[in-house]
Amino acid sequence: MTDQILSIITFLPLVGVFFILVFIRGDEEAVARNARYTALWTSLVTFAVSLTLWFGFDRGTAEFQFVEEYAWIPSLGLTYRMGVDGISVLFVLLSTLLTPLCILASWEAVKTRVREYMVAFLVLETLMVGMFCALDFMLFYVFFEGVLIPMFLIIGIWGGARRVYAAFKFFLYTLLGSVLMLLAILAIYFQTGTMDIVTLISEARIPGGMQLWLWLAFFASFAVKVPMWPVHTWLPDAHVEAPTAGSVILAGVLLKMGAYGFLRFSLPIMPEASAYFTPLIFTLSVVAVIYTSLVALAQEDMKKLIAYSSVAHMGFVTIGIFTMNQQGIEGAIFQMLSHGVVSGALFLCVGVIYDRMHTREIDRYGGLVERMPAYAVIFIVFTLASVGLPGTGGFVGEFLILVGAFQANTWVALLAASGMVLGAAYMLYLYRRVIFGSLTKEDLKAILDMNLREKVVFAPLVVLVLWMGIYPVSFLDVMSVSVSNLIDNYNQSLAASEGISLASLWSGE
Amino acid sequence: MDVLIVGLPLAGAIIAGLFGRAIGAAASQVVTCLFMVVAAVLSVVVFFDVAIGGNARTTELFTWIDSGDFELSWALRVDTLTAVMLVVVNGVSSMVHIYSVGYMSHDKHRPRFFAYLSLFTFFMLMLVTADNFVQMFFGWEGVGLASYLLIGFWYEKPTACAAAIKAFLVNRVGDIGFALGIMGAFVLFGAVGFDQVFALVEGQADAQFTFIGIEGHALTIICILLFIGAMGKSAQLGLHTWLPDAMEGPTPVSALIHAATMVTAGVFMLARLSPMFEYAPIALEIVTYVGAATAFFAATVGLTQTDIKRVIAYSTCSQLGYMFFALGVSAYGGAIFHLFTHAFFKALLFLGAGSVIHAMSNEQDMRNMGGIYKLVPYTYILMWIGSLALAGIWPFAGYFSKDLVLEAAYADHSLHGGFAFWLGLAAAFMTAFYSWRLLFMTFHGKPRASNEVMSHVHESPMVMMIPLLVLAVGAVLSGIMGYSYFVGDLRADFWGESLFVLPANDTVEAAHHVPGWVPWAPFVMAVSGIALAWLFYIAKPDLPQTFARVFRPLYAFSFNKWYFDELYDALFVRPAMKLGVKFWKAGDRAIIDGFGPDGVAGSTRSLSQRISALQTGYVYHYAFAMLIGVVALVTWYFLFQVGN
Repeated sequence: MTDQILSIITFLPLVGVFFILVFIRGDEEAVARNARYTALWTSLVTFAVSLTLWFGFDRGTAEFQFVEEYAWIPSLGLTYRMGVDGISVLFVLLSTLLTPLCILASWEAVKTRVREYMVAFLVLETLMVGMFCALDFMLFYVFFEGVLIPMFLIIGIWGGARRVYAAFKFFLYTLLGSVLMLLAILAIYFQTGTMDIVTLISEARIPGGMQLWLWLAFFASFAVKVPMWPVHTWLPDAHVEAPTAGSVILAGVLLKMGAYGFLRFSLPIMPEASAYFTPLIFTLSVVAVIYTSLVALAQEDMKKLIAYSSVAHMGFVTIGIFTMNQQGIEGAIFQMLSHGVVSGALFLCVGVIYDRMHTREIDRYGGLVERMPAYAVIFIVFTLASVGLPGTGGFVGEFLILVGAFQANTWVALLAASGMVLGAAYMLYLYRRVIFGSLTKEDLKAILDMNLREKVVFAPLVVLVLWMGIYPVSFLDVMSVSVSNLIDNYNQSLAASEGISLASLWSGE
Repeated sequence: MDVLIVGLPLAGAIIAGLFGRAIGAAASQVVTCLFMVVAAVLSVVVFFDVAIGGNARTTELFTWIDSGDFELSWALRVDTLTAVMLVVVNGVSSMVHIYSVGYMSHDKHRPRFFAYLSLFTFFMLMLVTADNFVQMFFGWEGVGLASYLLIGFWYEKPTACAAAIKAFLVNRVGDIGFALGIMGAFVLFGAVGFDQVFALVEGQADAQFTFIGIEGHALTIICILLFIGAMGKSAQLGLHTWLPDAMEGPTPVSALIHAATMVTAGVFMLARLSPMFEYAPIALEIVTYVGAATAFFAATVGLTQTDIKRVIAYSTCSQLGYMFFALGVSAYGGAIFHLFTHAFFKALLFLGAGSVIHAMSNEQDMRNMGGIYKLVPYTYILMWIGSLALAGIWPFAGYFSKDLVLEAAYADHSLHGGFAFWLGLAAAFMTAFYSWRLLFMTFHGKPRASNEVMSHVHESPMVMMIPLLVLAVGAVLSGIMGYSYFVGDLRADFWGESLFVLPANDTVEAAHHVPGWVPWAPFVMAVSGIALAWLFYIAKPDLPQTFARVFRPLYAFSFNKWYFDELYDALFVRPAMKLGVKFWKAGDRAIIDGFGPDGVAGSTRSLSQRISALQTGYVYHYAFAMLIGVVALVTWYFLFQVGN
């Protein structure tokens, strides 16, 4: 049983889907209620099962663990191969943690087509977990692109007024990258003759000129997912139109897929190209940090503001990954995890008042602390975590990234550090406009504080964000060996190479 | 015991903060005050054990961050420097807690207030007990947060909210410097623990590195970056603009955070890092210039302010300048001595001002006060004590510390030392002037308040007066009693290894051997400042107006605080907002979306329309199109293929 633990975690949600589709019958209300409970229990059980990864994971090795391997389409050399290492295992847990919280958060907010909604979420969970576990390139590609479909539906069906526009924009952006990535994967296959990710990342030797092409193709896909400036404009629209839980998953997990791709594929398989393009990444990331922070400052819509802040925070992540040192990469992974928790929680915070007032316009609020003290406390915790206050999860990642960046390039460190001020500016300004001030608006005077269900949703996130801030070692331990292994391999490959230039793009050597 | 000292305020904050509603305001107050008093008593015990008994120690709690070589723990390091800070922080904090019971008695959010106060104290204690850079940064940002929460305590006031955000952001600007300094230290030394770093400093004394294209002396660059952090927290010239606005918070907060403790964190930081700064002489010079300029600048602004709290705020800013130039000339003991005495008399002045404000029905403008000294005699006497200590009149505390600081600057015999000495003297004159201006305007002359207000003027309750009394005792005695330990003949044993001075830089020693006129100079300045204030505000009350009229530009320059706020607003705040809107509307919407997804979608649509327009259904149109295609193909073939 434990031999197939990753498959179990991956496909358990589909069992729930099966139950929902086959067994749930009756009038609309009964269907909705039963679908909710089935989805919740399924995701909770999945989470509980996934905890075995946390306890069973050997922190002392960089090898892939819990590995499974079965022939899939032998004629094409495709294998069903799953496994996790210190880089991916925490993302599996993040996905399984956020899903039940999302289902709980949608309890009352989603009223139409509840059954389909829950199915979409469970399918989404399967695809997310599978994506982080896949060790076969084609399998990875299937999961990686498959994730788009339920998300596209969630935005397009349960979204806000301009949901169709947002869904298509989301799709258009990601599609272009996907096609290029597929070509790149095929090219790698023809070059090396294998789809096995473990083999590829440890011993792939791809010629320098080809690396550049492949790197750019992957970059087209990953940069959109991160998203990096200037291909980020789908994100604010997608977030604004998505239902609350959709935003949580989008910010919490889907944005991490691009950065995960850089770590898993770009660095180990195309080390020379990665080194070559590092200045490009640094430039785009620094622009993202400063540009989107300023844009966030000007927003009038809460979700848009937080969406832009995500772009800025992911800018930190891409900087960290390409610093190519222990602090930078561990910081980047840690920042992804904490951003998953924090931005997810912030979208939930917006959801709480959106459910009550049905508006996300900042100016419609003010003085909420008067009526909603518990909400004010929760909101400030995550605001501060987003700002990167020491003692919260947001600090550790950001600081380690900056430590890494300082070693790589002091200009990058300085410019990215300006995000510390800008980030505080837009978040505190938001908090002030929503929570502080006097409560004068008529329609707010009867607003109710959070109910028990909402508190239950936030409780684990609060615990987690403080845990990550006060005792981050328990997470850093998990990734440490894998990250140093990644860096060692990278440095070895670079040492063995003869250096490349843009000219090799055309000569094809 | 060390754990208890730090943990009690945190426990108080959690109880009052999370359960304040359940247990009620009275219980919240009792719990937080009790915990603070216990922590204060324990701090005194620790002080004697560590500073007098020489038992410096570090208690390691558990690992915090461990990433490659970047490794550090939560730890409580207590040496003499920390012990002094423990006494200051917990002493003043416990008094402020008790005082607040009276001052805030009409406020409906008391549990929240006491939770914030205790939380602040916890962060400040974490700051002073840090044994590595990052924990110091934790405390550093934490006090910033508490300050933000307390300045914005009255969240219904827009001005309070704005001031709170401003304080946080300006501090964060400084914190960029602090953070980069920490990173620089890590790159240079491969460690962030104080002990490891200090042990390596001498070996790296000549190291070079490049920061943002500037290649230079590594320690100098790192120290300057760290000092930028200190400038933010300690409101030094350039990053001072948040401090006067911070007076929007309740007065006990101003006493605790914006006078006695948090704003002195920068001074503490430089003293803690004295083993690094000693090897970075250029950084020390910069510290001296900035400190001296701040001392002078803030004093000039203090001359013309009319809000009683803002006068004291600028005075704090100015006194912090003294501490910094003392650090700059390597008189670390002197700087901490001034920090120590200043904590008592400045907290006393603030709380005294609070007592006045309380008596005057929340009036803060001195132009609406006057003639109340008979109605609040005890407050009046206590304010005199605080002012005498501030002005540096023997035998009050400020006399000992301020004189020593100025003497050390003189004894440095350098350009920057001389700069600090003369500006410091000028500031001493202005300090005395504005202090007595405050006393005279507030307590003397004809009452300028309405009869309604005047009829309510009353002495504050005992719960407020007793803390004032305790602080007054400190303001009188801390100087005379501390002198020989902090800067006198016992100082070597007292400080132990907590401060480091290169033998060539020992200005505290040199300060005892300055020419005879130097110790007298500050005293003469103070007395003449008082005399001038008497002339202006008692003997000839028309003089200030005439003066302001004749020297209009100078007066306006001072009254408008040298136009720093206007300058920053025009340079940073408004452009940031404008850029944000521009990037959003022009960058994201018009350019990226316009040429990106919307553009692609749009052109696909128009292309398909045009193509469908071509499909007219007439055969000769299709035939024509085919003909064109054939011609094109043949041309291409002949031009490019035949030749090969």
